Amino acid sequence: MTTKMFGEPVQRVEDQRFLRGQGHYADDLLVGQQVLQAAVLRSPHAHARIVDIDVSEVLDVEGVHLVWTYDDLTGPMAPTMGEPLPLLIPHPQLTHGRTQYALAKDEVNYVGEAIAFVVADDRYLAEDAVGRIRVTYDFLPPVVGIPAARAAEHLVHDDVPGNVAARLEQANGDARAAIAAAPHTLSLDLEVERSASTPLEGRGTVARWDPDTARLTVWTSTQTSTGVRAAVAAKLGMDLGQVEVVTPDVGGGFGVKINHPWPEELLVPLAARTLRRPVKFIEDRREHFVSAAHERGQVHHVEVGYDDDGRVLGLDVQFWHDNGAYTPYGIVLPIITSTQLLGPYKPGAYRVVFESLYTNTVMCTPYRGAGRPQGCFVMERTMDAIAAALGKDRLEVRSANFIQPDEFPYDHGLIFQDGRQLEYDSGDYPASLAKLRELIGWDEFPAFREEMAREGRRVGIGLACYVEGTGVGPYEGAHVHIETSGKVKIATGLTTQGQGHATAFAQIAADALGVPFESVEVVTGDTRRMPYAVGTFASRAAVMSGSAIHLAALRAREKVLRIAAEALEAAEDDLEIVDGVISVKGTPGGTASIDLGTVAVLSNPLRYAFDEASKAATQFTVGDPGKPPVAEDDEPGLEGKDFYSPDRSTFANGMHAVIVETDPDTAEITILKYAVVHDCGRLINPMIVEGQILGGIAQGVGGALYERMAYDESGQLVNASFMDFLMPYVTEIPAHIDIDHLETPSPLNPLGIKGAGEAGVIPSAAVFASAISDAEGFAITAMPISPSELFGLRRTHASAEPVETKERS
Amino acid sequence: MKPAPFAYLRPQGLQHALEALAADPGAKVLAGGQSLVPLLSMRLAAPSTLVDINALPGLDRVWADDDGVHVGALARHADVLASPDVRRVQPLVSQALSQVAHATIRNRGTTVGSIVHADAAAEMPMVITLLGGSVTVASTAGERTIPAEELYAGPLESTLRHDEVAVHATFPALAPGEGVGFAEVARRHGDYALVGVGAVVRIDGDDVVSARAGYLSVSDVPTVVDLTETWGDHDAAAHRALSALDPADDIHATAAYRAHLVRVLTARVLAAAYDDARTRASAGRDRDDG
Repeated sequence: MTTKMFGEPVQRVEDQRFLRGQGHYADDLLVGQQVLQAAVLRSPHAHARIVDIDVSEVLDVEGVHLVWTYDDLTGPMAPTMGEPLPLLIPHPQLTHGRTQYALAKDEVNYVGEAIAFVVADDRYLAEDAVGRIRVTYDFLPPVVGIPAARAAEHLVHDDVPGNVAARLEQANGDARAAIAAAPHTLSLDLEVERSASTPLEGRGTVARWDPDTARLTVWTSTQTSTGVRAAVAAKLGMDLGQVEVVTPDVGGGFGVKINHPWPEELLVPLAARTLRRPVKFIEDRREHFVSAAHERGQVHHVEVGYDDDGRVLGLDVQFWHDNGAYTPYGIVLPIITSTQLLGPYKPGAYRVVFESLYTNTVMCTPYRGAGRPQGCFVMERTMDAIAAALGKDRLEVRSANFIQPDEFPYDHGLIFQDGRQLEYDSGDYPASLAKLRELIGWDEFPAFREEMAREGRRVGIGLACYVEGTGVGPYEGAHVHIETSGKVKIATGLTTQGQGHATAFAQIAADALGVPFESVEVVTGDTRRMPYAVGTFASRAAVMSGSAIHLAALRAREKVLRIAAEALEAAEDDLEIVDGVISVKGTPGGTASIDLGTVAVLSNPLRYAFDEASKAATQFTVGDPGKPPVAEDDEPGLEGKDFYSPDRSTFANGMHAVIVETDPDTAEITILKYAVVHDCGRLINPMIVEGQILGGIAQGVGGALYERMAYDESGQLVNASFMDFLMPYVTEIPAHIDIDHLETPSPLNPLGIKGAGEAGVIPSAAVFASAISDAEGFAITAMPISPSELFGLRRTHASAEPVETKERS
Repeated sequence: MKPAPFAYLRPQGLQHALEALAADPGAKVLAGGQSLVPLLSMRLAAPSTLVDINALPGLDRVWADDDGVHVGALARHADVLASPDVRRVQPLVSQALSQVAHATIRNRGTTVGSIVHADAAAEMPMVITLLGGSVTVASTAGERTIPAEELYAGPLESTLRHDEVAVHATFPALAPGEGVGFAEVARRHGDYALVGVGAVVRIDGDDVVSARAGYLSVSDVPTVVDLTETWGDHDAAAHRALSALDPADDIHATAAYRAHLVRVLTARVLAAAYDDARTRASAGRDRDDG
């Protein structure tokens, strides 16, 4: 019997390469092939009109091949390059969507916006050349931060009144009436600051034009190769068939690389075609901070009405989303916050309204978690505030609000980010909470707190619960090819940024086909191998491509059994495939057996033999001379292809708890214990899921306690380096994290799986705010928090009268 | 993030290096490169010539004698930190070095380079000032020794002339009756400190005869404050220290928080230095008794 691979903690086949430094990233491509290098002149100002650009000093520099500004992009070379970049996800309520130009036209709206593009023999020369371009600006007042955007004293875009890109309201029931009638109410103001994905590999694009065949190959560090391909073809005025996009190893994405096309993803191919030379752009670290994308900045106001048990009767949330200077990714982020905020709870009535606001800062597109961390922070702070006001245990208040296991599918009566109904498919929140209570030692904590207090130490415990819509559509596909060697080649179009797809997908295919795991090879993100795909985001790869690979493998299996049944003169239903050998069930290795490679040979009628085995498929050997060698409804070869397109997202969930220590003197915050209960349906590979959770927590610790985007009032990002943007080191991450799983299968896909990629990061701000509040005795309402800020809050709370949240009963 | 063009020299002898520096007023010395190379890459510095001293013979020594600890210009932080002689003769050097950045940076960065880079947020300029050490520098005109109290002119500005190379630094030995302490608060392990404090306390029996503290990241130049007179009074000590310091706001901490850390860390480090002095004194007595 073949060992079942699904559910096994198989070691990642990728790691041999990665750990030995043999990964192959954008900058490793075409080395030694006289690749030209690009550099970009970026705006040093947050808001200005461009009066003049003088490139005359650059033109004569030896080694410089090309200098472009906006005016160079409007000619016949590429008819639509002069138009704004695509608005990828339009929405009826995005009434004032704006996108930037590949190179700024007349105006710059954030520090870092691309103004000119230089190609030179090497990056040193290209940067020298960029330094010689003279731009004359007419300064405009910058709009920085949500308060300035709301005040709208100045406008980011002249034609966008109030700086409001979009306003969207959703409701289920009459929340305001429910609050008015509720026995208790609270109002809270809650804030989350900006952060960013900051993958260790920044953006990078390499393009090669083949003048003989008029074809373009683009390698780009992206989360969607098909998306980039469509954009490059459209913008460069080429047929799709002339453009191939290949994703090399990608050194982390975390969301930022789903936005596309970046200016450089168009300019590099265009330059390669123009110069007939390969061209490469490798973003440096400072560029990544100021010219990629950020996320998270939101301000929220909550009104909630609840009963004596803490049950939420009405919830009214208003929030303001800082979308930066442009909206290429639409309003997906605030839509996710406004829907996923609900978490595992079922308020009696809910209304949410948001405004998405322009500021003169780097634009905001999804970063791992994508609007959910803010939503989770808002809901969980509200739950903690209700518990505090009622003097109840925080777990009790949450339990009173949970959707119960028998209530699934649970329809919230709202529209989710994919335009589908927000309907949860499955989950068991009470069971998850019971596990978490045990894992963190919730009931033992009061004794621990007393013991620590006796030593003069201060500790606090917190928890946070979330639900994550994963595996959004529209679809993914897979192609399975069984070669005459018996090896299985899988291609799926979405990309890989380190998730271990080559391992997890191979596990799925090995089980569906009955072949050894080692004989399966997976290719992702190569439009030559699978031209139809969407991309890797929204924790969707396992759900979408995993399901598609399963379905495609089953199709291939059908054909294997049909051919094998004919060869073995047996009924298809009587056959099984074990370790790549087809035989009659219950007689493994018996005489009536045939291996997969031989079936592959037989599947492809040959005129020409190429080796001993293939002789079996030549025309004087096989087939009924009275029939065509390939039947009318059949195809040569042993392949399977299928697509998976679900009705709607599948909803994973989890709960985190943490015990922190806050130094009474220095206000330093130390993590003592961290526990996670995670439910992403059936686990394909528990080790990979655990890795995702641990990585997510590391990123979440960064977001909660260290990382922020420090803009000054003129719109300069003053911490645009890893010296001042404090990504946590391994020394800042808890050395041990307790993880427990619950597996409530999704009924929406054949494997019962849910996404796991973003989960670890979602509850971080909420769980740390909860624990720090518990340690300090006052509510933390803004994240991230630093020791300096905690020190400031201690002073404020010590000097002021104890501020009670507005309680009306 | 690629440097602007520069000439690169890697002389094999000190005299050649000194001549190269004398010949080009825009030249810079490259030792460990842990501060200079990022400045070059960000084009915040654009020297016309880099004089790489890594091939110069004999500058990588770390040795201790009755005067104290001597560190050559090419000795890496890691070499100094690993030296048992240094830990024995002047333990404050080792304590502070363990807080300098991370292992990878300590493997490459030089202690003398850090001292002459004159960053008041770095540990070693403060330590050499607190201990009253010195730096010996060479130029085509000859050698001279600069006492630490005369080494720093302003933020990131030492009193070395552009044609001078620091060849070694000297940290005086721990004297009988002395104990040391060091502590800092940083955002992450290995980051520049928000505030750091080092102290040397000398006792005579139960009496404190001298207490001095040096401060990181709360002044433009490494600053040392004599806290002997305020011994035993935390508030007075903090007040005296803060009157000599100038904590500032930045994105990582407010001035008020830094001032608070000065108070907290001054008390902690003075106590640690006192305990260290007591422990050493009693260990010394045990040795004498034995």
